[in-house]
Amino acid sequence: MTALIIRGGTVIDSTGTRTEDVGVVDDRIVDVAAAPDSATVIDATGCVVSTGLVDLHAHMGEPGDEAAETMESGGRAAVLGGFTTVLVMPNTMPPVDTAAVVEHIRTLANAALCHVEVAGCITVDRAGTHLAPLGELAEVGVRFVTDCGAGVQNPLLLRRALEYTTPFGLTIAQPADCVELSVGAEMHEGEWSSWLGLPGAPSEAEEIMVMRDIALARLTGARLHFQTLSTARSFALVAEAQRAGITVSAEIASHHLVLCDADLSTYDTSRKVEPPLRELSDVAAVRHDVSSGLIDCIVSDHTPHSTDRKERPFDAAEAGSVGLETALAVALSQDIAISQVLRAMSWRPAELLGLGSPSERTITPGVTADLTIIDPHERFTVSTQTQATAGTNSAFEGAELRGRVRTTIVDGRVVVHEGEITQ
Amino acid sequence: MKHLLSIDELSEADLREILRITPSFAEVAQRRIAKVPALRGQTVALLFYEDSTRTRLSFEVAAKRLSADTLNVSVKTSSVNKGESLRDTAETIEAMGIDAVVVRHRSSGVPWQLTKWLDASVINAGDGWHQHPTQALLDCFTLQQKLGDLAGSHIVLVGDIKHSRVARSDVQALTMLGAEVTLVAPPTLLPPAIGTWPVRTSHDLDASLVDADAVYLLRMQSERQHEALVPDLREYSTLYGLTAARAAKLSPHVPILHPGPMNRGVEIAADVPDLEQVVVVDQVRNGVAVRMAVLFLLLGSGVNDLPKVHAQPQADANVGTAV
Repeated sequence: MTALIIRGGTVIDSTGTRTEDVGVVDDRIVDVAAAPDSATVIDATGCVVSTGLVDLHAHMGEPGDEAAETMESGGRAAVLGGFTTVLVMPNTMPPVDTAAVVEHIRTLANAALCHVEVAGCITVDRAGTHLAPLGELAEVGVRFVTDCGAGVQNPLLLRRALEYTTPFGLTIAQPADCVELSVGAEMHEGEWSSWLGLPGAPSEAEEIMVMRDIALARLTGARLHFQTLSTARSFALVAEAQRAGITVSAEIASHHLVLCDADLSTYDTSRKVEPPLRELSDVAAVRHDVSSGLIDCIVSDHTPHSTDRKERPFDAAEAGSVGLETALAVALSQDIAISQVLRAMSWRPAELLGLGSPSERTITPGVTADLTIIDPHERFTVSTQTQATAGTNSAFEGAELRGRVRTTIVDGRVVVHEGEITQ
Repeated sequence: MKHLLSIDELSEADLREILRITPSFAEVAQRRIAKVPALRGQTVALLFYEDSTRTRLSFEVAAKRLSADTLNVSVKTSSVNKGESLRDTAETIEAMGIDAVVVRHRSSGVPWQLTKWLDASVINAGDGWHQHPTQALLDCFTLQQKLGDLAGSHIVLVGDIKHSRVARSDVQALTMLGAEVTLVAPPTLLPPAIGTWPVRTSHDLDASLVDADAVYLLRMQSERQHEALVPDLREYSTLYGLTAARAAKLSPHVPILHPGPMNRGVEIAADVPDLEQVVVVDQVRNGVAVRMAVLFLLLGSGVNDLPKVHAQPQADANVGTAV
């Protein structure tokens, strides 16, 4: 039996903020009075105790790209970043388009310190031509399906996917990129791409797809989740659709809360991401949207690469940044109220993933003890040399961030303590 | 100044300094022994990932006239190996003890990336659509020879601005020197956010030429019609080419520039390049001098060591004195 008492922290969950001690026995939260005297005491003075963070968007290398990341290294990165559950993307090799691959990844995921949920593909081989066996994927517990990359381009096929999955409770997740409009793009199209001489993707290439997919969600009544939207207008469109009662949700990658196209002025390939870094005005607007609760989720969009894939000319470098160990701190460094950050990084993504509604997944006795303890004031400097991820590509390399995970508890087990892996 | 990566990294004073010292190097070329020992013992690597005979030769001649050793690193590129590790290349060059690297690459930004791993000076000889700073320097020098001070002069650049590193560098350099720049192109061949550039734009070449002090034609590539940026090259020539009729209306004092190589019959009508006011040969000649000036500023021992300018260099090209 493991028993813990978390003492002196500020507890924040969807029901509010309070100063309270929390007990844990085995894998459950208990009333602190019910914890035995032998319980290990964790001092959370000055810290925030939150329900565990949930990441709806991470690439963990396995299977097929073990040089960039493994479940073991990615799992360590996740819990150090405060995540107790990570949804891994299906653009693996082979892609997650059969139940057998789902089961294989679950076996691999035993090496991860966090819970791993597996997303499936919408179409076979992510090729955008034939539907993957969506019923079979749902049968083995898949809750999200996405083709990653640019998303399903064919509107008829997407319509069919939305209609077909309704009985299974699957969520169709789509990045938004009209590939014919963004062809060849290496960055956001605007003043900076104009001077830097790089082909750009206009914001409209994203927004056109957001409009189209909202229309298809309305047509089918199915649930649709937008992955890593990046422009101010995209989120405004989603918010408007939500007000109209259409069941859509959206996530933003943490780097889009801070970095903009001007940050590419030295052709730093670690900041080449997809969708691209947008304009300063977008960054200001999306930060405001997180603060006001308009944006459902903040995700890491953790995309590890080995060094050689980034030390190339900008147009030949792979896109993506690692993010599991920085996403929370990036959000907390932006003067967004911590309760809004936790809503977007814990209870709202948990709800979308089917891990429980915000009123069920709270810090109250009987709930699974997935907990994250955060010192919102501690500063640290980002260095992929010292990070747990095997990826060497951080868009925040060298940046000073505020807000550090002190302790991460998964199923009642302390996997991170004092900011270090315990085992 | 350690590197020459782009015009906008130069101050106006840097730019004027390069143009000020260039005549000293132009004069060297006139000598019987067209060589000064300024960079003796230094090695300049010419790292060309993209074919460019004239720019490579120009840099090579410039380096040799300053007595530097040159090293041609020809890098065969194809779409297959465009994923080469830049760091490996940079570290190889670094290990050979090279003092300056002149780099040409099809991808924007490569010269910046190389500076991360190199102690040597990096000179950008053209990167993607981005910058070609020595081209802009030689253009400004040539224009100053023809027009004098460029402040207030009206320079018209015509053609594919969007994909042109020459245009980006020239716009920055010319506006830094006080010139007024008009870009004439179909809207599809202008960069995005062109409204933020310090230029005027026009789609009417005839109207723009009325008060032009100089005309700069850019190379129009046939592949642009396949990307639906223009319907075809014939229409392009009609609307945006320097046709014989347009050239005839220009004052003979208006110099016509082109970065080369010219597509006769596309951006410039077949016989127009033979007009006296076409200064392409001056551009090539000045290219060597301006590149000597750049190499000298980056690698040399200071302006006190400049080659001495003879009073009238053209008058007696056979008199050479050691410096």
